[in-house]
Amino acid sequence: MIINHPLLGPRDAQEFIYLGDAALIHRPDGMAEGALERFIPYTYLRDNPAGSHRELWYHEQGDRSWLVVTRNTTTHEITAVEMARDVARKEGRSK
Amino acid sequence: MRYSGFKVIAEALTGHKGWKPAWRDPAPQAAYDYIIVGGGGHGLATAYYLAKEFQQARIAVLEKGWIGGGNVGRNTTIVRSNYLLDGNEPFYEFSMKLWEGLEQDFNYNAMVSQRGIINLFHTDAQRDAATRRGNAMIMHGADAELLNKEQVRSLYPFLNFENARFPIKGALMQRRGGTVRHDAVAWGYARGADNRGVDIIQNCDVTGMRIENGRVLGVETSRGFIGAKKVGVAVAGSSSRVMAHAGMRLPMESHVLQAFVSEGLKPLIDGVITYGAGHFYVSQSDKGGLVFGGDIDGYNSYAQRGNLPVVEDVAEGGMSLMPMIGRARLLRMWGGIMDMSMDGSPIIDKTDIEGLYFNGGWCYGGFKATPASGWVFAHLLAKDTPHSTATAYRFDRFAKGLMIDEKGQGAQPNLH
Repeated sequence: MIINHPLLGPRDAQEFIYLGDAALIHRPDGMAEGALERFIPYTYLRDNPAGSHRELWYHEQGDRSWLVVTRNTTTHEITAVEMARDVARKEGRSK
Repeated sequence: MRYSGFKVIAEALTGHKGWKPAWRDPAPQAAYDYIIVGGGGHGLATAYYLAKEFQQARIAVLEKGWIGGGNVGRNTTIVRSNYLLDGNEPFYEFSMKLWEGLEQDFNYNAMVSQRGIINLFHTDAQRDAATRRGNAMIMHGADAELLNKEQVRSLYPFLNFENARFPIKGALMQRRGGTVRHDAVAWGYARGADNRGVDIIQNCDVTGMRIENGRVLGVETSRGFIGAKKVGVAVAGSSSRVMAHAGMRLPMESHVLQAFVSEGLKPLIDGVITYGAGHFYVSQSDKGGLVFGGDIDGYNSYAQRGNLPVVEDVAEGGMSLMPMIGRARLLRMWGGIMDMSMDGSPIIDKTDIEGLYFNGGWCYGGFKATPASGWVFAHLLAKDTPHSTATAYRFDRFAKGLMIDEKGQGAQPNLH
């Protein structure tokens, strides 16, 4: 698979480490009320869809950026690659 | 029809005209007592033991393709019970014992071959870990033996013993481990179940579940609605997709695992060898092909085919362990979809929906578990209580912190 890095252009997927579903960006607030009940599904449960899947890849042997890759799990076709930083900001995660 | 040596001779003398299909091809009835979703090894074994050991009737197995077309026909055929943890080892040893009596039990030649499996170790720390694992196995009634380097050399002189980085220092051996003809396992269970009245319904895709007031009433399929008192799901890589019909999210991801067969070679490896310094395991089929595999590709996939980096990685593992493998040509490779769970261990449990039961999360170790998985799942379905060897395989073990994590990798399915 070739991941088209937004900054570096097309890179071989071997340069990346796979983490999993991009929903992991939305880590619950550990200090909030009921944090435990939210952390259990956050840590252990996954949608695991057959089809389009947004997932986190880390460019370890490159610029060490985190990417959100949209990939079809039935064909391995990659349809979108974004910087995880931008996605997280857009979704209200970071300052 | 009972198979026997006499039957083979009699048929040979009469032109093989008396053989009949090993199982029927029935149309689905309106309702059953038990529906097993998934006509793979585990589903067929479940139906077989439900009918035979637990004396239940009105059972159907629903398979979206053809029986045995999924992971039971895609694995590397290895059986073993060399686990460490309390939650696992009694279960896998139960499975090993069932393998040993399987062919007599279901009157089918599954080519169970206890040719011995060795797990190589390459450091002092790995030797300590192998010793501990061997002791755990022995304490649970399995067999284990620690081999030193010379004992390994006498078995497999061609291994790369003097590798500068990963010298072979010995191995943990389980002599009762070995290989089984995987397709025959599916066929044997299918035939055994069918003989006892189980309807095996192929080309029947489950497209939904009818659930009312927290109770399952049956399943919607591509061949219409089929009612059931109890529904058991055993669909391996498709677990998340099927259980989504019941509104459940599972603690698992689906990943692709590739396996390989070389061209046929003269007898070379009479057991099973696993490499301790890379992810590589190899045995030789009775036809002569080297059957080997390595790690999963590492990203979510339902594609039943992998990518080249893992092919390279497996080939490197093989070259590092037994350099002569570089002279063999690869004949075939394929992929199967693994339901990788969050701790690397399976789940066999009731769900919160009454009448709905789940069996999955086998990661890439499901084949060896086939008989015990079927037996304990049948036990759960028939008696509503878990079998004594499967009490730890619960859904709630994650929330309770009771993970069965043989590898100690945590909630990262692609690392198990």
